[in-house]
Amino acid sequence: MRSLFRFHGGVKPATNKAASTSEPIVKAPLPRRLVVPLHQSIGGTPHPLVRAGQRVLKGELIGAADGNVSSAVHAPTSGLVTAVEPALMAHPSGLTMLSVIIEPDGEERWAELDRLNYKSTPPDELRDFVRDAGIVGLGGAVFPTHLKMNPGREGRTRTLVLNGAECEPFITCDDMLMRERAAGIVKGTAILRHLLQADEVLIGIEDNKPEAVAAMQTAVRAEGESMEVVAIPTRYPAGGAKQLIRVLTGIEVPHGRRSTDFGVQCFNVGTAYAVFEALTCGHPLISRIVTVAGNVDRPRNYEVLIGTPMSDVVRLSGQRTDTTRYLMGGPMMGMRMPGFDVPVVKATNCILVASDALFPPPPPEQACIRCGECAHACPADLQPFELYWFSRAKNFGKAQEYHLFDCIECGCCAYVCPSHIPLVDYYRFSKSEIWARERDKSASDQARERFEFRNFRQEREKEEKAAKLAAKAAETRAKLATEPAVDGAAATPAADAAEDPKKALIAAALARAQAQRAAAQPKNTENLSAETQAEIAQIEARRRTAGSAPAADPAPAGTAASAPDTQP
Amino acid sequence: MIHSPYIRKPASVQRVMGTVLVALLPGLAAYVWQFGAGILVNLALGSVAAIAIEALVMRLRKRPVALAVGDLSAVVTAWLVVLSIPPIVPWWITLLAVIISIGAAKHLYGGLGQNPFNPAMVAFCALIVAYPALMSQWPGAGQLDFAAQLDLILGGARQPDGITAATALDALRTGMRSGASVGTVFSGNSAFGMAGGRGWEWVAAGYALGGLILLGTRVITWHLPAAFIAMLAVVSGLFWLIDPTQHASPLFHLASGGAMLAAFFIVTDPVSGATTPRGKLIFAAGIALIAWLIRSFGAYPDGIAFGVLLMNICVPLIDMKTQPPVFGHRGGHS
Repeated sequence: MRSLFRFHGGVKPATNKAASTSEPIVKAPLPRRLVVPLHQSIGGTPHPLVRAGQRVLKGELIGAADGNVSSAVHAPTSGLVTAVEPALMAHPSGLTMLSVIIEPDGEERWAELDRLNYKSTPPDELRDFVRDAGIVGLGGAVFPTHLKMNPGREGRTRTLVLNGAECEPFITCDDMLMRERAAGIVKGTAILRHLLQADEVLIGIEDNKPEAVAAMQTAVRAEGESMEVVAIPTRYPAGGAKQLIRVLTGIEVPHGRRSTDFGVQCFNVGTAYAVFEALTCGHPLISRIVTVAGNVDRPRNYEVLIGTPMSDVVRLSGQRTDTTRYLMGGPMMGMRMPGFDVPVVKATNCILVASDALFPPPPPEQACIRCGECAHACPADLQPFELYWFSRAKNFGKAQEYHLFDCIECGCCAYVCPSHIPLVDYYRFSKSEIWARERDKSASDQARERFEFRNFRQEREKEEKAAKLAAKAAETRAKLATEPAVDGAAATPAADAAEDPKKALIAAALARAQAQRAAAQPKNTENLSAETQAEIAQIEARRRTAGSAPAADPAPAGTAASAPDTQP
Repeated sequence: MIHSPYIRKPASVQRVMGTVLVALLPGLAAYVWQFGAGILVNLALGSVAAIAIEALVMRLRKRPVALAVGDLSAVVTAWLVVLSIPPIVPWWITLLAVIISIGAAKHLYGGLGQNPFNPAMVAFCALIVAYPALMSQWPGAGQLDFAAQLDLILGGARQPDGITAATALDALRTGMRSGASVGTVFSGNSAFGMAGGRGWEWVAAGYALGGLILLGTRVITWHLPAAFIAMLAVVSGLFWLIDPTQHASPLFHLASGGAMLAAFFIVTDPVSGATTPRGKLIFAAGIALIAWLIRSFGAYPDGIAFGVLLMNICVPLIDMKTQPPVFGHRGGHS
């Protein structure tokens, strides 16, 4: 027996898992329409590779990964792309996201598939392959898997942890996958182990799933792998990656650090299976196991194509009439869906059908009595009630000092709170406020820098100008001092210059301006044709004979602008 | 809009407070058995007054009345303050105690969850300073029948010297002042029983039993009562070992006065007490130390109430300095 470690806190809500494990996984039928969102992983949004009206094959790439922190998206079945347009996301915000809408043709014709022998393929190619197969963490976090298939700084990993804990109530998709497809999971794990150069592999499963534990043990033996299947005590949130790593290895990965820094990497069992499917069968990630539970007549697990409307899947289980909403995920951390027809995405481990009877609205919030139940339940060893007081007071600095960002929003504190305070909502509020402020601060920092630079630039230009002027003035002064006075007009400023250098400068500037004007004025007529010039000369001649014209015009063609100067 | 989690443990403030009331019952039963049913009169009076004052103040503050009255926190405060003062105080002292604790110490600071001081102990301290004579008239075990007690509570003639005996702590103080040794004081006074004050040992045992209920139902953690009892035993034991003629034994200290009530019901008030595990140890040990100092060298026979208030002041500092390390930030990793 391996000696296990314990993490602080945690809760034991009713698991409600039995109902959905009585029947095997079944394939959900092809829906009439698939809505495949392009953004289904953390990171960049893939570029659409198809247009409306185009035919696609099952498994065909329809969205290419945008950079390395992204993951590809594929057509879940063969059919016709009817639109590439924004559609409602499977997210409580109710926002839309660019999606590829596919009308299946029912033929399920596969695109040409690539397979890889992982043992003879260089690791970089394997990672690219996994990225282009659209594989992401299927535990719910949808972090691109290829980014984690890296042995870290030391070039090898001590422990590869496979997460089959599945601690959230109601959810059984990993349980059923392990019971039915253990061999595939073990094979996928072997691939991950190869890439990570892992010394040991620990498969953590909560001890409320004895069938899954047995199936995995059998598969490990059958595959001849040296992996250890470990039954861990059932306590939510034992399936949190950090909690599971703690339970199995005793290592605590702090917030903001990677587990690979401690020689550990963790994957969900479903992810390992997807890796196996991609490399050995060539199937990209186009479907996943989804638990349908809660307010339905026949809770069950389905293999569902990505993009299938949730209501289509729930209908198979017999949705009850008093259903009010769907939750994606479990009752502790699940997200409320903005509608019934949002698509199943790679993150959809469970569609929890909710009614007011099943999940009644919380009783009225009462005052915090600092009883400490929340601190007792917190798996991150936080003092949730202190964070609550700081959040309430909008004392965000203090909240951060008390490690607000170490909170994993597991909901244990709110679950146990006798005052029925929606504690996690307070932390979400504080976190988003802090993020918003940091954005504002960096924006204002940029604005301030811009402003300061502008001031600096203006100052510099002023100085440069002044320096230039000073140089010019010195030059002029030197000129004036050396040049003898030619005529009266020039003599006066020259004489003045001896007394007042400024006046001399002004006079010099005026002279310069006059010269410039004189030089510029002729330009008006300079480029005229010979005929026009002849015409002008004629007119001038006429004026002179008429006697109304100015007596003398030094310029060859006097303009209207210069005429008034000479009038009395 | 409701966010996760969508399920909740069936817990409520009402249930917590109700458990505290139930846990007080063994001690109360011993109290009635040893000292008569007079305490029940004051307890009933205090409970009704507490509910009335809570409702009145919530109404004045324009807050939901039913929710506050229904959480039973006012009744718990009333019970604790009534059990801390003599059972035969006149009715208006009880009323005053409830007004001070709930009206002032609780609601002037913002109501449930907001008060920095233990409301019951604020009332106790205010009254012992304002009415020292009435607050030190404790009946001996079996000394007064119910009719006499009722008469005293409802405002009959009071002839203190005739109706009450000195408590064990009182007798010890007076005896020590007159230069006697602990042994002679004990042997010559009917106030002393097997362990502490006569009759009070049973009440203390009842409170301890109730404390086990609170521990069993996880309303309190072991830290506070353990630290309080340990500190009181260690410090009194140390001086008792040095000079048993001048200092009472640890057992006497633990079984006398309000030590057991304090250990399980007073220092465990979550609102005004320290909350971190280490902080709880410091907080409760501090109270025990101050209580022993006042008992041994101070002007009052018992000092728990003052100890509680003094340590209440230190709570923000204690909590701040004893924050437990969070996940991943313990020693070992950088």
